[in-house]
Amino acid sequence: MASIDITTQEELHGHGHDDHHDDDHHGDKFASGFFSRYVFSMDHKTIAKQFLITGIIWAIIGAAMSIVFRLQLGFPEESMAWLRPILGKWIIVDAEGFGTLDPDFYYALVTMHGTILVFFVLTAGLSGTFSNLLIPLQIGARDMASPMLNMFSYWFFFLAGAIMFASLFLNTGPFSGGWTAYPPLSAVPAAMDGSKAGMTLWTVSLVFFVVSVLLGGMNYITTVINMRTKGMTMLRMPLPIWAFLVTAILGLLSFPVLAAAFFLLIFDRSLGTSFFISEIFINNAPLENVGGSPILYQHLFWFLGHPEVYIIILPAFGIVSEVLSVHSRKPIFGYKAMVLSILAIAFLAFIVWAHHMFMTGMNPFIANIFVLFTLIIAVPSAVKVFNWIATLYGGAIRFNAASLFGIGFVSLFISGGLTGIFLGNSAIDIQLHDTYFVVAHFHIVMGIAAFFGMFAGIYHWFPRMYGRFMNETLGRIHFWGTMICAYAIFWPMHYIGMAGVPRRYYTFEQFEAFNQFSSMNEFITVAAIISFALQILFVINFFYSIFYGKKQKVMNPYGANTLEWTVPVNAGHGNWPGPIPHVYRWAYDYGKDGREFIPQTEPLKEGEYDMGDHH
Amino acid sequence: MGALIILSLILLGVVLVQIGKVNELSASIRGEEEAQESANRNHAIIGMGFMISFLVFVIASFIYYKDSMLGYGPLEAASIHGVEVDNIFNVTMVITGIVFFLTHIALFWYAYKYRGRAGHKAKFIPHDNRLEIIWMVIPSIAMAFLVIYGLAVWNMAMADIPENEVAGKDFIEIEANGQQFGWNLRYPGADNHLGATYYKLISSDNPFGQVWDDPKNHDDFQPSEIVLPVNKKVRVRITSRDVLHNFYLPHFRVKMDAVPGMPTYFVFTPTKTTEEFKEGLKGYPEWEKPTDPTDPSSNSRREDFNFELACAELCGNGHFSMKKLVKIVTEEEYQAWLTTQTSYYAANITGEVPEKVDTPAPVDAAPEVIKDEAEETTVIDAKVEEAVDDKKTVEEVIEKAVEEVVEPVEDGTTPK
Ligand code: HEM
Ligand SMILES: [Cu+2]
Ligand SMILES: [Cu+2]
Repeated sequence: MASIDITTQEELHGHGHDDHHDDDHHGDKFASGFFSRYVFSMDHKTIAKQFLITGIIWAIIGAAMSIVFRLQLGFPEESMAWLRPILGKWIIVDAEGFGTLDPDFYYALVTMHGTILVFFVLTAGLSGTFSNLLIPLQIGARDMASPMLNMFSYWFFFLAGAIMFASLFLNTGPFSGGWTAYPPLSAVPAAMDGSKAGMTLWTVSLVFFVVSVLLGGMNYITTVINMRTKGMTMLRMPLPIWAFLVTAILGLLSFPVLAAAFFLLIFDRSLGTSFFISEIFINNAPLENVGGSPILYQHLFWFLGHPEVYIIILPAFGIVSEVLSVHSRKPIFGYKAMVLSILAIAFLAFIVWAHHMFMTGMNPFIANIFVLFTLIIAVPSAVKVFNWIATLYGGAIRFNAASLFGIGFVSLFISGGLTGIFLGNSAIDIQLHDTYFVVAHFHIVMGIAAFFGMFAGIYHWFPRMYGRFMNETLGRIHFWGTMICAYAIFWPMHYIGMAGVPRRYYTFEQFEAFNQFSSMNEFITVAAIISFALQILFVINFFYSIFYGKKQKVMNPYGANTLEWTVPVNAGHGNWPGPIPHVYRWAYDYGKDGREFIPQTEPLKEGEYDMGDHH
Repeated sequence: MGALIILSLILLGVVLVQIGKVNELSASIRGEEEAQESANRNHAIIGMGFMISFLVFVIASFIYYKDSMLGYGPLEAASIHGVEVDNIFNVTMVITGIVFFLTHIALFWYAYKYRGRAGHKAKFIPHDNRLEIIWMVIPSIAMAFLVIYGLAVWNMAMADIPENEVAGKDFIEIEANGQQFGWNLRYPGADNHLGATYYKLISSDNPFGQVWDDPKNHDDFQPSEIVLPVNKKVRVRITSRDVLHNFYLPHFRVKMDAVPGMPTYFVFTPTKTTEEFKEGLKGYPEWEKPTDPTDPSSNSRREDFNFELACAELCGNGHFSMKKLVKIVTEEEYQAWLTTQTSYYAANITGEVPEKVDTPAPVDAAPEVIKDEAEETTVIDAKVEEAVDDKKTVEEVIEKAVEEVVEPVEDGTTPK
């Protein structure tokens, strides 16, 4: 921390920020043709939209997949023959015309659903969109440090997506060994159809994805550290920027480990090495590989995997903090505690990974340390929750789709965070590991909560992106519907998990102990379908509003303090037509001295104390 | 049918979009400010309604499902450590439940109370160090308690067999070996020790890859279901021949991955026989329902109840089907059952089924066996070292060692 601050000061005094040589950026000589404007654009605002729209498309695909496998779980007695025109041979139709989902394809769907949502939607679609959109706009920069790398970051993501998409059409099907891809299942092609070509494409796709994350992350970090406008000290930065910065650092430190794990996995698969496999007898023959350890892969995977869940949720933290503060017309409560808790969570995120591995045969003694660190994370998490609630306290809350999703986020984060306390305690995890309880936990705390953060951000900054508003009425219907459906889907899963029902089961009928929830499973599936329909409503609203939404007439429609609202509605590449504004105060002077809001660009009055100053 | 649903969904979508447009229009006519204020009121009220119905739903559903859950009703743990797991689960439930209710009430109540109204201004409250310290310290204390409590249970539950305990007398060791898609089971037989295995020896005649030169293998038998005496400690040696599996006994709170190349274990003590457990299900309506819902005269679910072994780690497209039944019986029943089992070696390899051994081998013989084994292992180790000096491949070394010492490569018995 200290060293970062020193750079800041140095930079402010040393280089200053008169920004003369930046001025000629404007006028957009970079974006002349159609291609350079909309396709290979280097404008961070356009790249943000590309991330967002690609993310939305992937979200629709990923969600549609979940509907298909939910139909199998909720209505195993109904024929799926009607899906045959779309899914072809993956629907097995028997002599009587009764169609069932091929179990191989069931697992492929589950795997693709997880991979797509975790990486493509909630990492690229969420952090990619909002880091790109907000970092330059909120810190007062004309673009990212390297617009070119930024563009590559998007196109590597696109490439990763294209490869993953292609794998859906393989004859042996896409990868089907779960989004965690544990070897030997993923390492031995004979173990499963999906572990053949599907797994190869899966790893290749994700390696490109890692490249995308690294390029983006480097850019975000450099930009935040070096390109803040004059007066924007670290402690005057709006919370989303803190969140994006720390997210990028997490990504930079953890994704290379994932890439390493994937390379070793590729070696095991194609070069005959034995990093992760040992003493395997499969397909009536022994393999020669000895000495490897499947547990090693799990350590490498979760060394990314746990930070990854925070890579997903931290941007949502930042967005929600901003949205709740702006629409409560109140400063975020405990700004410094919010920053510190982000840093604490990020630090702890690196030393808790093995809580995913309590029951994998890892030495049980090691679990002691991981239980301790894992439960410590609950403390900064609790601080955040209390501070959000305290932000609402005493406010004059403006209810709109954005702030509603912000409030919904807090509710979900509480519910999902509390179940983490069960799972983090290894003794309880003996029973709950790999049951529906885990499914409920991570969907609520990470999946749905991050989505809510994303929705809050989209509704809030939609005018910043498109110069128009999304339809508020539809947005509010979208919110309440989704809120109810989210709990309707995932709350009951806790009970299923508490009864011991394992996750990743194609059918529960084989086990007396697991087969007692058919009506609950039906209910969940129906709620999932309704929820899917509501998201389609959102998508319609989104695309409709891009062209026909209510126009943004004033520059600062919410009465917000941050710099992105000092940029004219249809700003081109370079953001500010004139010089970049300077900053004199923190971002949260709402309701101070009887004034509803005081923008960051307004100088401090004589003797006025700024909350963002170091004292 | 499908088309109809899709059509009505589209229609609903169109209607909603129209409502959205109309509402927006009326808002701009009424004036932004006023429209926002009425929205604030409406949504604040909906929020309170949501919060109350949500919390009621939580309580009601919890009560409704409590009999099918961990730690309550008839599904309480049937093992010693399992009871502790259930207890700490319940304690955590109480602590987190309180937090859940308080925070949800505060969240929606403040949202309601501080909705934007005409003439109502937000207060400037940037922070409050005292409050923040309080709500950092309280969770810390709660977490400290849960960590200490949790680790005590964990270390108790995961402890391996102490060194001085004797196989057969103090505990039974069995092996569960996962494969796509099923479990192979192995009992140690009269000598109370599982024989050694080597994965390259696996074949359809030898599902575990037992090393037949190891005499400890000769009396091992492979039943089709797990049968265990009540109140006796069991050490399950958990292995896999192909991919990861997970040995999961939901009723006993037992769960451990089966890892190829790396045997794992779980030690537990069943405390209820199957019959006693069934007894406990009496009086719970859902357990009195017929097993086959279409045939009311079939046995009730309670009568057909059995403990089950499942797989809890994704292992391929048949992962959901790796089932075995588990029977917990009295000591006498267990002894009787043992006599009905035939050694796999005798039945399938030599083909001569010996006279049944009626009494289990004298227990004091066990320590001797362990000693022998230690000696033999040393011999192998020496050979391996020798060979490594000769720069041979590990493969060769092991094969050679097996031949020469007539002894397991993989130590298939109790821990040292
Ligand atoms: C109070 C904080 C939290 C604690 C103590 C906690 C604890 C845990 C534990 C112990 C597991 C492993 C359960 C098992 O597999 O048996 C787990 C799973 C998971 N958690 Fe959390 N968690 C917390 C917060 C979060 C957050 C904030 C996210 C995401 C934003 C998250 C996402 C996940 C995911 C994705 C999984 C499942 C991974 C898988 O096996 O597929 N958790 N959590
Ligand atoms: Cu984790
Ligand atoms: Cu399995």
